[in-house]
Amino acid sequence: MSNISAKTRAHKSPWMIIVKRLSGNTMGIIGVFIIASLVLIAIFAPLLEPYSFKAQDISNMNAAPSASHLLGTDEFGRDMLSRILRGARISFVVGVASVGISVVIGSIIGAIAGYFGGIIDVILTSIADLTWSMPSILVALLLVAIIGPGLESVVLAIGLSYWSQYARLIRGQILSLKGAVFVEATRALGASNFVILFKHLVPNSLSPVIVAATIGVGNAIVLEATLGFLGMGAQPPTPSWGAMMSSGTAYLFISPWVIIFPGLAMMITVLGFNLFGDALVDIMDVKNRESNL
Amino acid sequence: MSLLKVSDLAVEFTANKRTVRPISDISFTMEPGEVLGMVGETGSGKSLTAHAIMGLTPLVGGKVFGKVEFDGKDLLKLSKFEMQKVRGAAIAFIPQNPMTSLDPVFRVGDQIVEGLRKHLRLNKWKAKTLALEIMEQLRIPNPKLVFEQYPHQLSGGLKQRIVIAIGIGANPKLLIADEPTTALDVTVQAQIMRLFKELTAVKGIGLLLITHDLGVIAQVCDKIAVLYAGNLVEYGEIRSVFKEPKHPYTQALLNCIPYIGMEKGSLTAIEGNVPTADNFPEGCRFNARCPYVMQECITDSPELIDLEGGARVACFKYQKEKATI
Amino acid sequence: MENYVEVKNLSVSFAVRGGILLRTIGVVHAINDISFTIKKGEILGVVGESGCGKSTLARLILRLIEANAGSIHVDGRDILKLSRKEMKEQRSNMQMVFQDPYSVMDPRYTIFRSLSEPFQIRKIKHSRAERVAKIDELLQMVGLSPEHGHAYPHELSGGQKQRADIARALALNPEFLILDEPTAALDVSVQAQVIKLLENLREKLNLTFLFISHDLSLVSYFCDRVVVMYLGNIVEIISADRVGTHACHPYTKALVDNIFTITPGESDHAEVLEGEVPSPFDLPPGCVFSSRCPVAQPKCFEFAPPLEANATGGKVACHFPIH
Repeated sequence: MSNISAKTRAHKSPWMIIVKRLSGNTMGIIGVFIIASLVLIAIFAPLLEPYSFKAQDISNMNAAPSASHLLGTDEFGRDMLSRILRGARISFVVGVASVGISVVIGSIIGAIAGYFGGIIDVILTSIADLTWSMPSILVALLLVAIIGPGLESVVLAIGLSYWSQYARLIRGQILSLKGAVFVEATRALGASNFVILFKHLVPNSLSPVIVAATIGVGNAIVLEATLGFLGMGAQPPTPSWGAMMSSGTAYLFISPWVIIFPGLAMMITVLGFNLFGDALVDIMDVKNRESNL
Repeated sequence: MSLLKVSDLAVEFTANKRTVRPISDISFTMEPGEVLGMVGETGSGKSLTAHAIMGLTPLVGGKVFGKVEFDGKDLLKLSKFEMQKVRGAAIAFIPQNPMTSLDPVFRVGDQIVEGLRKHLRLNKWKAKTLALEIMEQLRIPNPKLVFEQYPHQLSGGLKQRIVIAIGIGANPKLLIADEPTTALDVTVQAQIMRLFKELTAVKGIGLLLITHDLGVIAQVCDKIAVLYAGNLVEYGEIRSVFKEPKHPYTQALLNCIPYIGMEKGSLTAIEGNVPTADNFPEGCRFNARCPYVMQECITDSPELIDLEGGARVACFKYQKEKATI
Repeated sequence: MENYVEVKNLSVSFAVRGGILLRTIGVVHAINDISFTIKKGEILGVVGESGCGKSTLARLILRLIEANAGSIHVDGRDILKLSRKEMKEQRSNMQMVFQDPYSVMDPRYTIFRSLSEPFQIRKIKHSRAERVAKIDELLQMVGLSPEHGHAYPHELSGGQKQRADIARALALNPEFLILDEPTAALDVSVQAQVIKLLENLREKLNLTFLFISHDLSLVSYFCDRVVVMYLGNIVEIISADRVGTHACHPYTKALVDNIFTITPGESDHAEVLEGEVPSPFDLPPGCVFSSRCPVAQPKCFEFAPPLEANATGGKVACHFPIH
């Protein structure tokens, strides 16, 4: 009977195609490398840090970078390198957790709005638009007032402010996929709306969301720094990069490394996520052009 | 002199360090006023052939070889600029889907006029008058009213007539229509085909009609070119090819087509699949599916040979038969 | 043979909204009071051009769209009266094969997983080995191999995807299959393969088919009887072997005359049907075909003809039928 061509013996799933294409994209690989480093540092920080991030050394305050303190010390004599390494954990958790919250909320709301349409869509889209126009700083202030300052408030604040872009992305994808034949076919088999929506439509709509989320993690990290700068974020001695930069402003002219190094760390991290996200955009596009050639 | 003479046309694409030739060794001629039907299934390369003749092969790593002589000139040797002058004026192209080939933000009348003004250098008024005349010739009802409409206000059949109007506006010598009625209703298809026949008979325009529909070709065309997996396998006059198809593929294809009054259960299918361009087999590309396959079919590719009456076929079966004569 | 499917007075209309406040400005009668029957084991063809409602009909029978009026009896039960739960069970018995094989499976699922889904939805439990055996059986039935089960949709050709769609429709052992233009998007040689497969399956599994297509030649070859539709109405029901020679309704005759046969010179199309299918919106009274009918009389513009039995065992809705 009919023979499949040799090509199919490899059975490339859509994900494997992405990985293969990524290997050709230099910028993307750099991004992946940076993100991987961040993850490793975040996991192994306690093993990597030369000193405890809390250890104060009053005799060595604001010391310049030296052999014993590669990145210098802060105003309490704490080793900058150790604190920055620990800070990677915070940034990573903040980035991933807040984007995670946004994606989950956004996906559910966007999926329901796109699939059911009508008045439900109108209501949900209006809520999304309202949320979009709320500055996250105000939301953060509100949350701080309720639960007190700290990382949790920051993560929640960012998560609750930024879900609407993901809602919009998923809604758009679902609107265009709704009419696909396999949706009708599954319905003809007797599947419930829930199954169709969350087992078929949403998974097929995730590509733009993943791209946006990748870049969103970078944004969340910067945002945490901003909120930390305003004193609303992680409280001392938690070494979030933002908090470090905030408390370091007072010493800008004495020991600028207190600001520069956390700032550099943040910049590289955000760059890594953005490079990866951009590469994903290119790849997702190319994937759609799978020709028979 | 022939209107169009295509010799050894081939297109090559390079992607991911691989080179493929989706079409090769395509050779045929067309006389003025003649209707040539080019038929083939998915992967046959018929659309690509039309685009290559028009100089419209996709730019990404595409190279064209061979010769396309039109009106004495080799089109493949023209510069982009010169080719643009030929396109739309001497050779007109009617694409497949009328739904997407008209610009949705302009009135259809203006779109006809645009082409006329560009190729015939007429002023606005003369162009509009000519446009209305053409619309009448194409039996568009209420031309003045339709002139002012936007594409989305028109039915599929009307849109296709507008696309044809744009195509023939500048009095081309050759019309290339790529599946012009696939997206239209059956009754509308008959109307459009009647139009094409009138245009070729009355105006002497040559028509290269590309389609997968053998029925349309049988009724509308003078000659037929059968493509399979990027090669021209048979070419000849309509009546002789349909009555006595020479190439095994043509024979098998004609047997696949249901017709009214056919005995139930008598439909035959061709086993297997068309090979894709990245996987063309050695030898004759039809060898895996041919009921008459011989040893040489697997190792060598048959060339197009001339038979009597201007017919051509690429099959070792005929080379053997010819040799024994 | 008993009537397996009985459709009576089925209608569905859609409101058309317009204007800033999206008020209802008109109604489209997508399906207008249609009735027909299908015997067990029969292949009934439905033929028509755009706007005739044939695709809507398919979806009404499967209750993917809800009808406004009428009844649909399948094997004695009026399925329009079933509760959601009962309907879900009924779905095991009647399935659909779709047009457009290109988006017919979830692109992220292997064929195997897509074919498992009917069982998951109906909560039919199999051991791993049983499931694999069952799906391999389905694949073989449609001419695919277990290897195809591991493939993704984008790796298969159009014909292979269509076969996979047929396999999925057969998973729950239905007795009744609705096929909505199953070969319209396929090459003619692939179409022949699929039709032969369907011929085979029909015999082996004793299936009843409702076969929808725009291709009258194909329908007259494959089907036992043909229903001809125009703008939401049935204009003729005729046996397939008579449609070429004894069409009673002018529209059926026009469809036959408009066929491009593969014998050169046979169809000279001297009588091309003019005009196009009018907009279904705000139809004038009288016969729906009156605006294009070559033999329309004044009566045709005022009174819609009912669908009535004619002398040769079929039915026609025409004041002045040809035979």
